[in-house]
Amino acid sequence: MKFSYFPGCTLKNKAKDLDIYARKCAEVLGVTLEEIENWQCCGGVFTTAKDEVATKLSSVRILKDAQKNNLDLVTVCSACHNVVKQTNYAMQNDAEFASKVNRYMAEDEYNGETKIYHYLELIRDVIGYDKVKECVVNPLAGKKIAAYYGCLLLRPNSVMRMDDPENPTIIEDLIKALGATPVVYSYRNECCGGYVRMESPELAVKKSNTVIESAKKAGAEVIVTACPLCKYNLEKSGCDIPVVYLTELLAEALGVKEDTNE
Amino acid sequence: MQRIGVFVCWCGSNIAGTVDVVAVAEALKKEPGVVFSANYQYMCSQAGQDLIKQAVKEHNLTGIVVCSCSPRMHEATFRKTAAAAGLNPYMVEIANIREQCSWVHKEMPIGTEKAIILGKAAIAKVNLNVPLTPGESPVTKRALVIGGGIAGIQTALDIADAGFEVDIVEKKPTIGGKMAQLDKTFPTLDCAACILTPKMVDVAQNEKIRIFSYSEVTEVKGFVGNFDVKIKKKARYVKEELCTGCGACTEKCPMKKVPNDFNLNMDTKRAIYIPFAQAVPKVATIDPDYCNMLKNGKCGVCSKVCTAGAIDYTQKDEFIEEKYGAIVVATGFNPISMDKFDEFAYNQSKDVITSLEFERLTNAAGPTAGKLLRPSDGKHPEKIVFVQCVGSRCDACNEKGKEYCSKICCMYTAKHAMLTRDKYPDTDVTVFYIDVRTPGKNFDEFYRRAVEEYGVHYIKGMVGKVSPEGDKLMVQASDLLDNKQLKIEADLVVLAAAIEPDKSARPLATMLTASMDTNDFFTEAHPKLRPVESPTAGVFLSGACQGPKDIPETVAQAGAAASKVIGLLAKDKLTGNPCVAHSNELMCNGCSSCERVCPYGAITYEDKEFRMPDRTTQIRRIAVVNPAVCQGCGCCTVACPSGAMDLKGFASEQIMAEVDAICK
Repeated sequence: MKFSYFPGCTLKNKAKDLDIYARKCAEVLGVTLEEIENWQCCGGVFTTAKDEVATKLSSVRILKDAQKNNLDLVTVCSACHNVVKQTNYAMQNDAEFASKVNRYMAEDEYNGETKIYHYLELIRDVIGYDKVKECVVNPLAGKKIAAYYGCLLLRPNSVMRMDDPENPTIIEDLIKALGATPVVYSYRNECCGGYVRMESPELAVKKSNTVIESAKKAGAEVIVTACPLCKYNLEKSGCDIPVVYLTELLAEALGVKEDTNE
Repeated sequence: MQRIGVFVCWCGSNIAGTVDVVAVAEALKKEPGVVFSANYQYMCSQAGQDLIKQAVKEHNLTGIVVCSCSPRMHEATFRKTAAAAGLNPYMVEIANIREQCSWVHKEMPIGTEKAIILGKAAIAKVNLNVPLTPGESPVTKRALVIGGGIAGIQTALDIADAGFEVDIVEKKPTIGGKMAQLDKTFPTLDCAACILTPKMVDVAQNEKIRIFSYSEVTEVKGFVGNFDVKIKKKARYVKEELCTGCGACTEKCPMKKVPNDFNLNMDTKRAIYIPFAQAVPKVATIDPDYCNMLKNGKCGVCSKVCTAGAIDYTQKDEFIEEKYGAIVVATGFNPISMDKFDEFAYNQSKDVITSLEFERLTNAAGPTAGKLLRPSDGKHPEKIVFVQCVGSRCDACNEKGKEYCSKICCMYTAKHAMLTRDKYPDTDVTVFYIDVRTPGKNFDEFYRRAVEEYGVHYIKGMVGKVSPEGDKLMVQASDLLDNKQLKIEADLVVLAAAIEPDKSARPLATMLTASMDTNDFFTEAHPKLRPVESPTAGVFLSGACQGPKDIPETVAQAGAAASKVIGLLAKDKLTGNPCVAHSNELMCNGCSSCERVCPYGAITYEDKEFRMPDRTTQIRRIAVVNPAVCQGCGCCTVACPSGAMDLKGFASEQIMAEVDAICK
């Protein structure tokens, strides 16, 4: 099985592990992720400004490239996924926006045809947890892992359609498939503080600490996330338990994780 | 040739504001058949009607066209006017130049042009109208009330009081509905049971009322005055006529772990049960999902302890067919499921409850005998947070809630808060609200007492998250007036869940061909002027099935529905609608196309002998329409491949003449 793959800028810098292990694990699970050529930034959070067309163009180009390759698109970073999926939704449902965008697209007209999977959806809906279980060589038995969804992965639900935004299970189900014990805590879908850290670091620390405390109280030993910004914020707020990317966790269980800094 | 009079109404400025009524009257005067044309400020007024009557006499009119509002509004009025002037009432046609013209257009020339076209179409139709005479049908002098809550109870009592027979069909084993589950009622704080149960007893003792409890309506046929209804009496495995309601069986049944739905599953009951002490009928019912005897033939304790010999494990569902003249829908409401509202942690914590659950927790007959205790550990809660509008007034794109206001929550939350502070002054009570809506009689005074005298903290803002932490609940919310984010600790969180129509309403509406809105509330025939009637003749609406309502409003509507039913049943005969289908037997080939599409079952077939030109006889199958059952919907006329079916008053020829007039 082959998919077009969009890693995003952060995954080539701060969050290399999220990217590298996403590919490695996909190979183990029988899926090839073909990176889109010459991709640009998804547009970042700025694309959520409703009247902007230009900032969403790079997302549209990513989607168009996947369509040209005749492949469904896979993303892994929560923020990129949110931006690309919301842009695609707008292309499908907002005719005025789509027509404005297509004026920039020259002969590459695009109308929301590409199907997008987040890496988690790829595992749940295409690969299946049973296949993951079969491939686990290093079960994470006994490990208490807290899934941290943050806000971008699941919301808005009318667009993202990944899981129940108030009581999700998609990461917990993966944790179970890897042999570990998921820790369910109530702040797992709350904001880490996001870019507020730039303007008002104390507030971001407060938000992150609420999440960390909630997870630790529930007995978490590790926090797992799909979002580079969440990881950054949690770590910068003095989190004293490891915060890892979900692909790292997967790589560990599938036996493809290199001993880099441990 | 007809002699047609055209009457153009101004409707004050409603029509005259965007339609040049004088020009319309002038233009239509030139149409074929028109011998008189006039305009007037209010054609529906006495003076306007007199103008029509006078014109009929002076100009020997044979047909009338009134250019005015929708025929739904005043067609009946003008038909009566025509009849008073000695014309056949079906020689009147309405050209709707208000709703479909003046109200939707802004510019006078466009509105005027369209009004003229609509008038021409109506004139073309009247030219082909023929006098019609409605048939008559008898009225079955018995009413059916579907639902035995306070709405159904009140309607039944009022109808019976007028001397007519009424049957109540209630799907639960007892009548009483939601009101039977309530503790006290706002704003007077009288006990719900104390005012409801005497009414339940009145129903049981009334000779005119029959109760079909634990029963459902499964089929409705017929029409106003003559409904044929099939009722399923579900097997309760207890002979109703023998059971004395002594309750011995419900104490001895060894199956103790049956969720008690009357207490919203907060405690358990036995597999044989009487829902509550004042149930009507006070008859036991066996839950077949839990009864060991019914499941695997082992037990039989209830039948051994029953001295009346009422237990019957072999009982089967029973079907009853009955005729009714009128049907009242009183199917009520339910709180919505909290499954999609996990931000309030309803499924994660036992101490997050709905307001109806709170009602049972404070009810002396409830699972805690009226003591307010936390469901998780049975401790007295010291801090309670109430959240209003959970699932009500939601954004249209928020798929999990309702757009409408559930109307009753502000008041019952104020009641809960006040009663809690009254009984447990040590308990701290906070209410989060979007708006407090208290427009009923003595309602705002009641709410203010909760705030001012009982010290309930009202905070404007919504709760964003309830997080169970240890044995506490952390409530995260916004205080909009103080522009602050709050995080407060609570022992108990009570959610004022939105209410929605009962699930049985939708299939029932299909059976009754009664219309519903997008929220599955029954639609009234007119939102202001006919609020208790369904657009389907003979079907009436009572209580929350039509929209969220509190008890006083429900009782008022129940009485209004009853008076409409009484008005109907008081008639010996009903005048039918003469605009019914009929089949041209020379063209009909008996193909059954019409029968298949008829929603009312009005079409049957008969074999008829025809004399052929060569003097032989031939027997052919032809369609026959029962005019008493036909509602004139016209489906058959469209389905008929040979064009044999036609609708009186809306003949294909007339419709085509209208189309021609418009396209000319």
